[in-house]
Amino acid sequence: MAKTSSANLLAADLAGSAARLLDPGVDDYIALLKPRVMSLVVFTGFVGLYLAPGHLHPLLAAVAVLCIAIGAGAAGAINMWYDRDIDAVMKRTRARPLPAGRMAPGDALGFGCVLAAASVIIMGLAVNCVAATLLAGTIAFYVLVYTVWLKRRTPQNIVIGGAAGALPPMVGWAAVTGDIGAASLILFALIFFWTPPHFWALSLYRTDDYARAGVPMMPVVAGARETKKQMLLYTFVLWPIALAPALIGLTGLVYAVVALVLSALFTLTAIRVWYDGGEASARRMFALSIVYLFLLFAVMLVDRAPGLVGGLGAMLEAGG
Amino acid sequence: MLTVSAMDDRQRRVRGRNRALLAVLVGLVALFYAITIVRMGH
Repeated sequence: MAKTSSANLLAADLAGSAARLLDPGVDDYIALLKPRVMSLVVFTGFVGLYLAPGHLHPLLAAVAVLCIAIGAGAAGAINMWYDRDIDAVMKRTRARPLPAGRMAPGDALGFGCVLAAASVIIMGLAVNCVAATLLAGTIAFYVLVYTVWLKRRTPQNIVIGGAAGALPPMVGWAAVTGDIGAASLILFALIFFWTPPHFWALSLYRTDDYARAGVPMMPVVAGARETKKQMLLYTFVLWPIALAPALIGLTGLVYAVVALVLSALFTLTAIRVWYDGGEASARRMFALSIVYLFLLFAVMLVDRAPGLVGGLGAMLEAGG
Repeated sequence: MLTVSAMDDRQRRVRGRNRALLAVLVGLVALFYAITIVRMGH
């Protein structure tokens, strides 16, 4: 589909050069890190770290979470550098520091590369090499596989590229154990299969934006009907994966009940999107998808916390 | 030609960046110190 348009890149860079007298502020550098995306990445990474068997010094655990955050931000900054041409034509992204001309492209690239290197090196020195390698793989996958290779070429971009967003719990897990456990693969799978319905819900009400930028998102290429069908199918795939942490004993009964309720709600919302032709249901699905993932990971955390709901779950299990 | 308010704005941004960089550097020194102490204790 649309490859990097040199004309668009040139226009974006000229706009940046013209505004170079306006030096970027600290808030522009923070915006490069995609803080909202980072917050979910950090949270899932922390849950992976918390659920992993073993012990990690609290300070090193904090360093691991910090490295995950910096690594995610670095990948976001490099992504913004590469995508500055299409960001300039999309309503959702045109106010970002690069397309708005508040920052020179080279500054963003340099910032991203320095942060990426720093996060991996600190993770390797302070925590362990497995976690550092996984973090490096996550950043490389997001930048090279998703951003450079897939995003402008195939409607499966966010399906395969979703692996980058799914890796942080495995990084957190590896920070404690020093290896890749089967349970951490379940956390990976949960985010991996959650990503398509999440992003396709967004692209359903941003179809014009993506079409204008030449990004072959599913609704642009295959139409809204096919996208809604695939979103619904993915919500069914999520049922066993959402329940898997409870089935393998990683979490307790409370999590299982919440996972069932949330999965049912997610599927029902996808059914409403299927029958509804308007934007509102897609917006609701997008919002619910964030709540769905956040709550699943939050309940995993709470279910394992001593003295909290975990105690209630144990009581219920003993009673059953 | 930059106006006075544009220069003020630019100075404010440069100062903001410098302070952020200082905070990051001090934070890194403190972080590496703490990591070293923890790793030595292992």
